Amino acid sequence: MRLSILIYIAVMALTTYLVRMIPVTAFRKKITSRFARSFFYYIPYAVLAAMTFPAIFYSTGSLLSAAVGLAVAMVLAWKSCSLIVVSLAASLAAFLVSLLPF
Amino acid sequence: MSQRISPYRYRHGLRDGLPIGLGYLSVSFGFGISAVGEGLRVLEALIISMTNLTSAGQVAGVTVIVAAGTLFEMILTQLVINLRYSLMGITLTQRLDARCTTPRRMLMSFGLTDEIFAVAVSKPYPVGPSYFYGLMTLPYIGWAGGTLLGALAGQILPTELRMSMGIMIYAMFVAIVLPPAKKEHGVALVVMLAAALSCCVRFLPFLQWISGGFSIIICAVIAAAVMAIVKPISEDPSDGDGGQAHEA
Repeated sequence: MRLSILIYIAVMALTTYLVRMIPVTAFRKKITSRFARSFFYYIPYAVLAAMTFPAIFYSTGSLLSAAVGLAVAMVLAWKSCSLIVVSLAASLAAFLVSLLPF
Repeated sequence: MSQRISPYRYRHGLRDGLPIGLGYLSVSFGFGISAVGEGLRVLEALIISMTNLTSAGQVAGVTVIVAAGTLFEMILTQLVINLRYSLMGITLTQRLDARCTTPRRMLMSFGLTDEIFAVAVSKPYPVGPSYFYGLMTLPYIGWAGGTLLGALAGQILPTELRMSMGIMIYAMFVAIVLPPAKKEHGVALVVMLAAALSCCVRFLPFLQWISGGFSIIICAVIAAAVMAIVKPISEDPSDGDGGQAHEA
């Protein structure tokens, strides 16, 4: 264990926990601002998109296998396959492409 | 706040949590592989999963750690990425029974993830602590166990196989985002806007000073704020649970 990393993890875990815990224990009303509610509604999707692109193209070490994996993921996700199926299929597709001789 | 005592027991929660736990097992396997691939040790990856229990926040957190970012950057990143839990938490309080005292809520809130929230609020009756603990149990074990297995496998699997698994966590993000984006233009637009901004930060030379963690925050906040103005969700406050809202 490296101390610096342990500090990062502690800060990370504490922040994540407080974000979850404070509203559940303290909050008893609903947010009424339409902007705030819309912002909260959109933020998870925006975060996921910003994290996925362009990072997904570098996730396998090969642009080609990542692109094929992404394509497979998008097709299966479009058909509303479960998270596990999409994940495994994308990974399998990337793996098969990485076995190609070019 | 509902005062009714929940009819659901621990074992009901356990049963409802099984599919979530199995899903987490495979996805956190991908996280374990990615984390070790980024340079973290097995034990470090495991501790992250055992103390955080959040896919998106953990991936972003590893980004900050690997880039040797500041602790301020770490706090801000986790705050923004996990802000949705605050809104879910507020919604959850409306669905808890009278036995949910403050200390119990403090324990329950640790297990508040997207999937657990979705299941808990979709129950016909309010939920109590025992049900919620049951619901948390298998996802927690699946998340931590999958991370450990992935981190260990990351050290022994052949390179091609290990590298291919790096895409798993991102593929899961695609699988979360695409179905709602298909149904709602607002979601589709916010996803495209955030992805485009993120690519700009990554590829435009004059924006490359922005580090990975901050890039996620900046792009996501701008995209969500723009869409909240351009296409606000319906006025009915009962829809404001961050996951079930519908267009007006």
